Amino acid sequence: MERRIMEVAELTPLTKDVYSMTLKGECSDIERPGRFINITVPGFYLRRPISISSWNEKELTIVFRVVGGGTAELAAMEEGTKLDVLMPLGNGFDISSLGDYVRNSVITGGGIGVPPMYGLAKEMVEKGISPDVILGFNTADEIIMADDFRELGIEPVITTVDGSAGIKGFVTDAMKNKAYDYAFACGPAPMLKAVYDIAPDGQFSFEARMACGFGACMGCTMETVTGYKRVCKDGPIFYKEEIKWQI
Amino acid sequence: MADLRVTLSGITLDNPVIPASGTFGYGKEFSEIYDINILGSISFKGTTKDPRLGNPLPRIAECTAGLINSVGLQNPGVNKVCEEELPELRKIFHKPLIANISGFSPEEYEYCARAMDKEEQVGIIEVNVSCPNVHNGGMAYGVLPESAAEITRVVKAATKKPVYIKLSPNVTDIVSIACACEEAGADGLSLINTMLGMRIDIRTRKPVIANRMGGFSGPAIFPVAVRMVNQVYHAVNIPVIGMGGVSKAEDVIEMMMAGASAVQVGAANLVNPYACKEIIEKLPALMDRLGIEKLTDIVGIV
Repeated sequence: MERRIMEVAELTPLTKDVYSMTLKGECSDIERPGRFINITVPGFYLRRPISISSWNEKELTIVFRVVGGGTAELAAMEEGTKLDVLMPLGNGFDISSLGDYVRNSVITGGGIGVPPMYGLAKEMVEKGISPDVILGFNTADEIIMADDFRELGIEPVITTVDGSAGIKGFVTDAMKNKAYDYAFACGPAPMLKAVYDIAPDGQFSFEARMACGFGACMGCTMETVTGYKRVCKDGPIFYKEEIKWQI
Repeated sequence: MADLRVTLSGITLDNPVIPASGTFGYGKEFSEIYDINILGSISFKGTTKDPRLGNPLPRIAECTAGLINSVGLQNPGVNKVCEEELPELRKIFHKPLIANISGFSPEEYEYCARAMDKEEQVGIIEVNVSCPNVHNGGMAYGVLPESAAEITRVVKAATKKPVYIKLSPNVTDIVSIACACEEAGADGLSLINTMLGMRIDIRTRKPVIANRMGGFSGPAIFPVAVRMVNQVYHAVNIPVIGMGGVSKAEDVIEMMMAGASAVQVGAANLVNPYACKEIIEKLPALMDRLGIEKLTDIVGIV
């Protein structure tokens, strides 16, 4: 972890309340998909933790939804604005130790849980693996990043709760046609639980309200099979065998 | 050359800056970004007799110039702290520590004090009396002079180390509680702990914090802390460690002018992990500008 000044290089609306922001600055230590950054927003006391969608050595992209004053402020930033950022944070997805499992794996993302899964898919494609990707949304007009996956050579399966695009239902409705060995998931807790219930094994990205984001305050503790873990520092990615559901 | 040294109950600190309990863990996360040996001391994460998971999530609510936390004293229990956390902390920090202890009965306070008494690196035992007394209706020990004094006596009898009572600001008259602790034998006082606060999510119409309320800290409470430190300083003859919203070098000077012999930095560590380092680095130049040669010269001058 380090505090860095990152410059807003690009800010693009993707839907009515979801934005993609590219930040310029040192990024060579991000190393794994699924990690996050914690951004100071002027006028707000706590930082805003947002997962990294993709990165290279010199810049990273985050995709966030406006849910309150802080994210609204972020969405109104001008290009060239310099932001105080703590990064990189969290553990990230690990595909190095999966062996052949990774070749029969599925990536699932729900809503604003989709962005980090793009980084994961990109890493897998760079390693010569072509995973199945299932992206779930409430409605067709909430769909984000499908074209980004297509540019990687992956045709994502889309599900919508209201059936306005793709398969009507949840990401798990699109998982039933094939027996996957391994699942990666990021999205709302009920979605994670549903994927967890049908996947033999996998890695799951959790979300929690945080204060520090780097393991000091114990604000985001989660009970796991192997003890109390901090979502920010020990996670946000947890393995299937360590998850203890509270829902 | 500015002299930053201060003394607490015979223990000399290189400077008055101490990360406050619960905002610095056991130092590990911070030692990865700077050498924490520059700190005056560390008040490590509050320790109880038994392991505690703490309160349900969400435990954090943002406020204007601060935050509410309801972590609920999550810690692995005093035995594991002594066996596992302190040996690790010893590797990265080589100065006397402040051991922050809590309990839900006098026996639990005594148990923790005895355990910390055996720890060579512990210089001061800081006693959090903001916990509810589970045997007496759940009212915090720190809200009445009698119960605060009772805990002071119990801990004093269990250790030879200096005992500092960490006072709650959620009281009618903090001075009477401070005096009761001094009479009961306290070697010093730490103040203030967090202020009880609450936030409501106006969209869901529910409290933001799962436990409804929590401890409010951050720059917003700094003026309250300065006022209470000043009132207590003038009423007692034991050293006071001042805390509550301290975020910059100027705050340290102000807190010491109010009467603090040393200063703890809490919430600031969470939003700027370099906060203590930056304060320590800025103090000498600030002292020069203000014409302060020795920090000890300004303690309680107001």
